[in-house]
Amino acid sequence: MADTLLEIKNLRIEATVYAPGEKPRDVVIVDDVSLTLERGKVMGLIGESGAGKSTIGLSALSYGRGGIRLSGGNILLNGREIRAAGAATLRGLRGKEVTYVAQSAAAAFNPAKRLMEQVTEATLHHGLMSKDEAEKRAVDLFRTLSLPDPENFGKRYPHQVSGGQLQRAMTAMALCPKPDLVIFDEPTTALDVTTQIDVLAAIKTAIAETGVAALYITHDLAVVAQVSDEIMVLRHGKMVEHGTVQQIIEAPREEYTRALISVRSIDHQQKQPTPEPLLRVESVSARYGAMAKDVLSDVSVELHPGQTLALVGESGSGKSTMARVITGLLPPRKGTITFDGKPLPPALRQRSRDELRELQMIYQMADVAMNPRQTVATIIGRPLEFYFGLRGRKRDERVQELLDAIELGKGFADRYPAELSGGQKQRVCIARALAAKPKLIICDEVTSALDPLVADGILKLLLDLQAREGVAYLFITHDIATVRAIADSIAVMYRGKVQRYGPKDQVLTPPFDAYTDLLLSSVPEMQLGWLEKVLAHRRMTSAGN
Amino acid sequence: MHPIPKLVIQRLALGLLLLFAASVMIFVGTMILPGDVAQAILGQNATPEALANMRASLGLDQPATTRYFSWLFSALQGDLGTALSNGRDIASSIAGRLQNTLFLAAVAACISVPMAIFLGLLAVRYRDRWPDKLISAITLTSISLPEFLLGYVIMYLFSVQWGLFPSVSNINDGMSFLQKLNAVALPAMVLTLVVLAHMMRMTRAAILNVMQSAYIETAELKGLRRFTLIARHAMPNAIAPIVNVVMINLAYLVVGVVVIEVVFVYPGMGQYLVDHVAKRDVPVVQACGLIFATIYIGLNLLADLISILSNPRLRHPK
Repeated sequence: MADTLLEIKNLRIEATVYAPGEKPRDVVIVDDVSLTLERGKVMGLIGESGAGKSTIGLSALSYGRGGIRLSGGNILLNGREIRAAGAATLRGLRGKEVTYVAQSAAAAFNPAKRLMEQVTEATLHHGLMSKDEAEKRAVDLFRTLSLPDPENFGKRYPHQVSGGQLQRAMTAMALCPKPDLVIFDEPTTALDVTTQIDVLAAIKTAIAETGVAALYITHDLAVVAQVSDEIMVLRHGKMVEHGTVQQIIEAPREEYTRALISVRSIDHQQKQPTPEPLLRVESVSARYGAMAKDVLSDVSVELHPGQTLALVGESGSGKSTMARVITGLLPPRKGTITFDGKPLPPALRQRSRDELRELQMIYQMADVAMNPRQTVATIIGRPLEFYFGLRGRKRDERVQELLDAIELGKGFADRYPAELSGGQKQRVCIARALAAKPKLIICDEVTSALDPLVADGILKLLLDLQAREGVAYLFITHDIATVRAIADSIAVMYRGKVQRYGPKDQVLTPPFDAYTDLLLSSVPEMQLGWLEKVLAHRRMTSAGN
Repeated sequence: MHPIPKLVIQRLALGLLLLFAASVMIFVGTMILPGDVAQAILGQNATPEALANMRASLGLDQPATTRYFSWLFSALQGDLGTALSNGRDIASSIAGRLQNTLFLAAVAACISVPMAIFLGLLAVRYRDRWPDKLISAITLTSISLPEFLLGYVIMYLFSVQWGLFPSVSNINDGMSFLQKLNAVALPAMVLTLVVLAHMMRMTRAAILNVMQSAYIETAELKGLRRFTLIARHAMPNAIAPIVNVVMINLAYLVVGVVVIEVVFVYPGMGQYLVDHVAKRDVPVVQACGLIFATIYIGLNLLADLISILSNPRLRHPK
């Protein structure tokens, strides 16, 4: 075949693990994966974390992170074998034939150098163009990727532009040397939905205009469906299914693929408000230190006992600040908070132990929210001692009850956080919050760092516990699908203000205000042509205005 | 306001404050030294009246604060007083010696700083392989040996055995630049060996720290050579810690050369200081202390300023 660009045959990738207290052993990260990519085509690699998708993507550059070894099989790029090629050959193809777009552009750009220098570096290093030509091409790419002021964009330093702009600049950097293949490794995962859609559209346009082939790696099937021709589903380093986008989405053959598609199908019956709210936030304004502007301005919401209020919004909208105000970490500048019929003292120090107990928190990063040197039993047992004075046998029994409640078995009490998976860690955090028998738990992006299927399990557990224990949740998230699954009422936040607030069915039913419309329509949907539809819709509405 | 001028002014003010504090400590420190200057000058058999007269003529009967401020203000005007032991003007006798010390330090710095940074880069390039281990072994050995021993070993080899350089570093104004270089070759070599390890290891550690960053992977995936990548992408982000350790070592080259100057009989500040401490010549000790403190604080201030200027976030605010 003349137009085959990349052919991977029976690829096997291994790494040596140095577990503490054990002999180093080899683990297989990718096993017997084969794929063929034709010139100008886009293949999506999809799977959960640990599926080996990034590792496979980087193998197209014959590169292994850390101690990873490409130990078997063939990688043919432009017809030549590169798996075991020498350093000089690899330097010759990296940045010239194959380029790479990393997940976090903010970390992938050198903070000490101007963008233009970095965008054109590979092109100039390989002597592909003169400096003027390369810079002209970079400016053209900036324009294609709809970056602001393309002529002068390259003169800036990475910290001077936004996250979404950096991600597009990274795409420009990858496309500048006119490569045959670009590896996109979760390029939009770290972005807000409303930003993600712009970057996605820019990447799609750039791929179409340059005719470059791409491997597009993501855990979000809905995203990959918008840009790819084919999709390969991976799990635990093995291929699960491979087919055209249409076939994978409309007629998945494998059980696992079906699970990925139907994720977030929790059916939650919205509850009716009770006469007396548990938490009432009234016209609260707050700011940090000597800042001139309020981060929260005039926010009022209510949360009823045993129900869930979702705070939705992009990063910087004030969601987490709200949690800090309610927990007393950041006393508000104006406004009052009433909890269980009584006014809540604004600052943490003024609150009684019972007031502290009744209000617990679960965080996004479960692994940094636990002391790595304490066992699960100690972590969960701490609030039992602190609030209820439970010790010895009684404490152990209660710990076991809580472990049962979060669906973790007996053996977990003596484990350390490092011995738990991401989902299990978050469950332990939930148990720790429950141990205090709170009336309200603030959940700050608790599922954002988890794979979709694991996140689903956590949401189901939270709903279960709510039904049993009658605890209320203040659920902070940027993910609309999560909101749909769990909320009874919703507050949409934008730049520190509540943009739209009410019971779930009202908030999610048109007519929408402009921002809610933008937010809701930006959530990728699992259908072909969704991106084009949304963009067309936006052009129409902006033309209508 | 642009953050840089503000930060620079802040640092300069802090430096001045620190210098003031150092001058107080030098003054107090020399005051609580055991012994009595008048006694030291007049000898054990002086009468109480003679001692009292001597103290009055030296101004030692004034209150300490008065003496301190008059000392400080004349020092600010360049008048460091006269040496008690020989009655000469301190400023003019120090000038030549300070020049010599700075010359030796400069020669040592010109060799050791580029060498330390280059070796540091090389150690990162061949991390955990034999060049890295060899560099570490040699520099650590040289830092572990006492300076005077190192000095005598080098003197024995280069001067006595091979006759390449003079063993006594005589230097005077009549010599040409090359002659001077020849004269200080051995002490400069010893000083280089003494400061090299610290700077080299810090360079290595600072760059290795940066090598973990995602942008290093980006550069590697552009097909850059390993050494280019380290020098061009890692090094600029490790400047602040490197500059700091370089400056501490430069300060050491000036302030800590006492031993080496004695070993090589080099007419620098260190020798001068040691001679006069022995004679309890307080004004000289104070003057030397003040000069050393100024150099030390000045170099560290410079390190701070370079660190500030090397930060693109401060240089180019949003």
